[in-house]
Amino acid sequence: MISLTINGKAAEVDADPSTPLLWVLRDHLHLTGTKYGCGMAQCGACTVHLDGQAIRSCVTPVSMASGKQVTTIEGLAEQALGQKVQQAWQEVDVPQCGYCQSGQIMAATALLQQNPKPDDAQITAAMEGNLCRCGTYNRIRAAIHKAAELQGEAK
Amino acid sequence: MKTVAEHNPNRRNFLKGSAALVGGLVIGFYLPMKGGRAFAADAAPAQVFPPNAFIRIAPDDTITVVVNKSEMGQGVYTSLPMLIAEELEADWSRIRVESAPVGAVYNHTGFGMQITGGSSSVSSSWEQLRRVGASARVLLVRAAAQEWDVPESACRAENGQVIHAASGKSLSYGKLADAAGKLPLPENVALKDPKDFKLIGQPVKRIDTPEKVNGSAQFGLDVYLPGMLTVLIARSPVFGGKVKSFNADEARKVPGVEGVYQVPTGIAVAANGFWPAKTAREMLKIEWDEGAGATLSTPKMRADYLEMAKKPGAIARKDGDPAGALKQMHKSVSAEYEVPYLAHAMMEPLNVVVDLKPDHCGIWTGTQSQTMDHASAAKVAGLKPEQVEIHTTYLGGGFGRRANPMSDFVIEAVQTAKVIGKPIKVVWTREDDMRGGYYRPMWADRIEAGIGKDGKPTAWQHTIVGQSIIAGTPFEGFLVKDGIDQTSIEGAATLPYAIPNLQVDLHSPKNPVPVQWWRSVGHSHTAFVVETMMDELAHMAGQDPVQYRLALLEKAPRHAGVLKLAAEKAGWGKQLPAGHAFGVAVHESFHSYVAEVAEISLEDGKIRVHKVTCAVDCGMVVNPDGVRQQVESAVIYGLSAALQGAITLENGRVVQSNFHDYTALRLSRVPQVEVHIVQSDAPPTGIGEPGTPPIAPAVANAVFALTGKRLRRMPFDAETLA
Repeated sequence: MISLTINGKAAEVDADPSTPLLWVLRDHLHLTGTKYGCGMAQCGACTVHLDGQAIRSCVTPVSMASGKQVTTIEGLAEQALGQKVQQAWQEVDVPQCGYCQSGQIMAATALLQQNPKPDDAQITAAMEGNLCRCGTYNRIRAAIHKAAELQGEAK
Repeated sequence: MKTVAEHNPNRRNFLKGSAALVGGLVIGFYLPMKGGRAFAADAAPAQVFPPNAFIRIAPDDTITVVVNKSEMGQGVYTSLPMLIAEELEADWSRIRVESAPVGAVYNHTGFGMQITGGSSSVSSSWEQLRRVGASARVLLVRAAAQEWDVPESACRAENGQVIHAASGKSLSYGKLADAAGKLPLPENVALKDPKDFKLIGQPVKRIDTPEKVNGSAQFGLDVYLPGMLTVLIARSPVFGGKVKSFNADEARKVPGVEGVYQVPTGIAVAANGFWPAKTAREMLKIEWDEGAGATLSTPKMRADYLEMAKKPGAIARKDGDPAGALKQMHKSVSAEYEVPYLAHAMMEPLNVVVDLKPDHCGIWTGTQSQTMDHASAAKVAGLKPEQVEIHTTYLGGGFGRRANPMSDFVIEAVQTAKVIGKPIKVVWTREDDMRGGYYRPMWADRIEAGIGKDGKPTAWQHTIVGQSIIAGTPFEGFLVKDGIDQTSIEGAATLPYAIPNLQVDLHSPKNPVPVQWWRSVGHSHTAFVVETMMDELAHMAGQDPVQYRLALLEKAPRHAGVLKLAAEKAGWGKQLPAGHAFGVAVHESFHSYVAEVAEISLEDGKIRVHKVTCAVDCGMVVNPDGVRQQVESAVIYGLSAALQGAITLENGRVVQSNFHDYTALRLSRVPQVEVHIVQSDAPPTGIGEPGTPPIAPAVANAVFALTGKRLRRMPFDAETLA
C-alpha cells in the first residue's frame, strides 16, 4: 500500500510503485479531472502540483508522490489563488473542448504562485509545455494576466 | 479517502425508454413539429415516451435543454439552447444542458441522422429549435391565461415568467409547466422578427465553462463502471494487417492483468487499469501477416501522385475551352502542390466504454455520429436497436475523427466486449490514436494557368490527386456524383473567380491507408492550392493581390465583402516593420466566407506569424463570442498543420507516434488572431471549420511577398527559407 495526501486528504492505494501518479489518480481514486494526453510529458494535460510545483503526473511514479502534498484540479478551489485562476478562466471564457484545461490551469496556478505578475515572455516560458488542440492559447495568456490582476486586487 | 462517483446513472433516468421519471413538470415536443404533440408527466412518476423531448421545465424553474449535437469545443451546448431560449423568453441563467440519447427525433434536419459535422449545427437547428422554444412559450402563455381566465393576448412572456399586466399577476414557467404540458401543441407558431432578438446576437458565455475549469466535465475517458476492465489493443503496425500468431505468456503474468484475447482488430489486453494493461501489452509477442500495406512509403506515394497529376482525371467542372486557351496565353505558369496525411490529434485520444449484457448494450463515448454508431453497435452485438443505448459524453476534441463513417472505434469496442464478456473501457494510447489511421488524405495537385494581356486569368487547368474519403462509406450515395467525390474537389471546382476557360479534374487512387474528414475536409487542401495560385497570377499581372481578386469577384459579393473587410482591418498596403510582410487569402466553405491577412517574418529561417486578421461572413450570428472562439481555433488548427503537420509512412508503418514527432503549435508560436464579423441578415451558416482553409495560403502568400519564394508543399517548416 502506498500512502498519499491528495487535496489535503489521506489516501491509501494498492498500486505498483512504478505506476504513474496519473493512473493512480484516475483508475484508483477516480479523480478524473487530471487528463491523459500523451503519456510522455509532451502535452501537459496531466499536470498536477507536487508540494506546489507543477509536475507531469503521466511520467511521475506514484512512489515519488508519497509523503508529499498532491493537488489536483479537484482541490484547486481550496486555494485562494486557484480560485482566482478558475475565475479568470471563466471571465475570459477560455475552454473549448476543455480536455487540456485542467492541466493548463494547474500550470498557470503554479506559475502565478512563483511569479504573481508574469509578463508575456514568462507566461510563454511557463506554458510552452501545455498543448491545446482547440487553439485557446491567446485566451489562456489573457486569463493568466487576468488572474494576476484579480489576485493583486485581493491583496 | 472516498473514491469519486462512478458515472451517475440518475442523470439520464428521464431518457431511459419508457422509464419512470421525475415529477410532473415535463414538457416535451415530438418533432417533426407538424402532427407533433406535447406531453407532460403527471404528478406521480409517469411514463415519458417518446423519450425525445428538447425541453424539460422543472418546478424550480430550471429549464433543461436536451442538445442533439455533440459538444466537442465548438460551443453547441451554448448556441443551440440560445435558439430555444430566445423564442421561449427564458431566463438564460436557468438553462441547463443534457446530451441527447439516440433517437430519430434528434436527427440532423439536413442529414437525416444524428450527427455533428459539416459546420452545420446552428444552421440545421436554426428553424427547428426556435420553433421548439416558440411552441413552448405559446403553451405556457395559454396555460397562464386559462389559469387567470383572461385572454392570451393580454398576457406576455418575459424572462421565464408569464405576466398579466392589467392585474399585475405573474407565474413562473416552473409553476405553469404542468398545465402547459397537458395542452395540445400549437399548429403554427410565429417566430420573432430578428430585429426583436434579445439573446441571439449577444455575446453569451459558454454554459460548459464552469465544469471545464474545475475538472468535473465528464469525457469518455472519465467514465468508470463497476467491475469495468481497461482494455488496450495491439493493432497491426501496417494498415490491413492481421494477426498470424501471438504469445501472451509474459503479458498474462503482469499483476492486474485479467486476460489476453484475440479480437478482430488485434490482441486485446484486459486489466484492472491502464498501467497494467499497457505494461502487459508491451510484453506481447505478435507475428503479423502484414499484407499489401507493408510496401507503402511516402516518397514513392508522392512520386506516384505527381505522375498521376500530369494527366487529367475525371472532370468535375469544365467551362469554356481550357485546352485551347492554354495555348494562347500571354503569360502562364504551371505548378505542383503537395500536402501530407494529417492526424486529427484531438487532445483526448479515442476511447469507448461498453457494458454488454445478453439483452442490452450501454455505450459511453464521445462520438459525433450517434445514429451510425448505434446501428453498427446493435449489429455487432446482435441486439435490437432499442436494446442499445449510446451516452454521448463531452468530446475532448473531434475535428471530424469522432464521426467515423465506418464507426471504427465503436465497432471495435463492441466486438471486444463480446469476446471479453465484462464491462470494458477500450483506451487508445496517444500512439494508437496517432498511428490508427483515418487521416486527412495526402494530396497532390497540378495547376496550369495563365493570364491575358490585361492581366486577367484566361485559362485554369487544375488536376487533383488523392484518396476518396467517401467511397465505400454509407455517404457514397449522395456525396459521390458521377464518380467524383464532392469532398475531394470542394473549394476547387467551386472557384469563385471569373475565369472563362477552366477545368477541374480528379484522380482518386486507392490504397490501404484509412482516410477521413479533417476540419474543413477538402477545403483544407484546395484553398491552399487555389489561393496561392491566384496570388501567383496577381503577381504575374503586376497587380495588388487584393485588388486583383476583387476585380474577379464581381459576381461573388460575399467573398469580396470579407476580403475588403480583412484588408481594411489589417491595414493592407501600410508600411510594415522591416522584415515583415502581409499575405492574404479568401475562401468559402460550409456556406460561410472567410478572408485572412497574415503578417509574418522569418526567425532563424522559420516562419513567424505575428498576427492574423480575419473577416467572417457566416450569416446571422447567434453568439458572437462563439464565432470569435471558433475562428481563433480554426486559424490555430490550420496554422499548426500548415507549419508543422505531417503523417508519413515507411514500409507501411506510420513514422510519427506522439506529440514529439507530430508536433502541434505551442504558445510561443501562436499569432495574435483578430476576428471581424460581417453584419448580415442571411440565415446562419457554418463556423466551426471555415476559419481553417484560408490560413495556409495567407501565410504562403506572405512568405512569397517577403522572400520571393513560392511555398507549394506543406508543412512549411520542411522547406528551406533562409
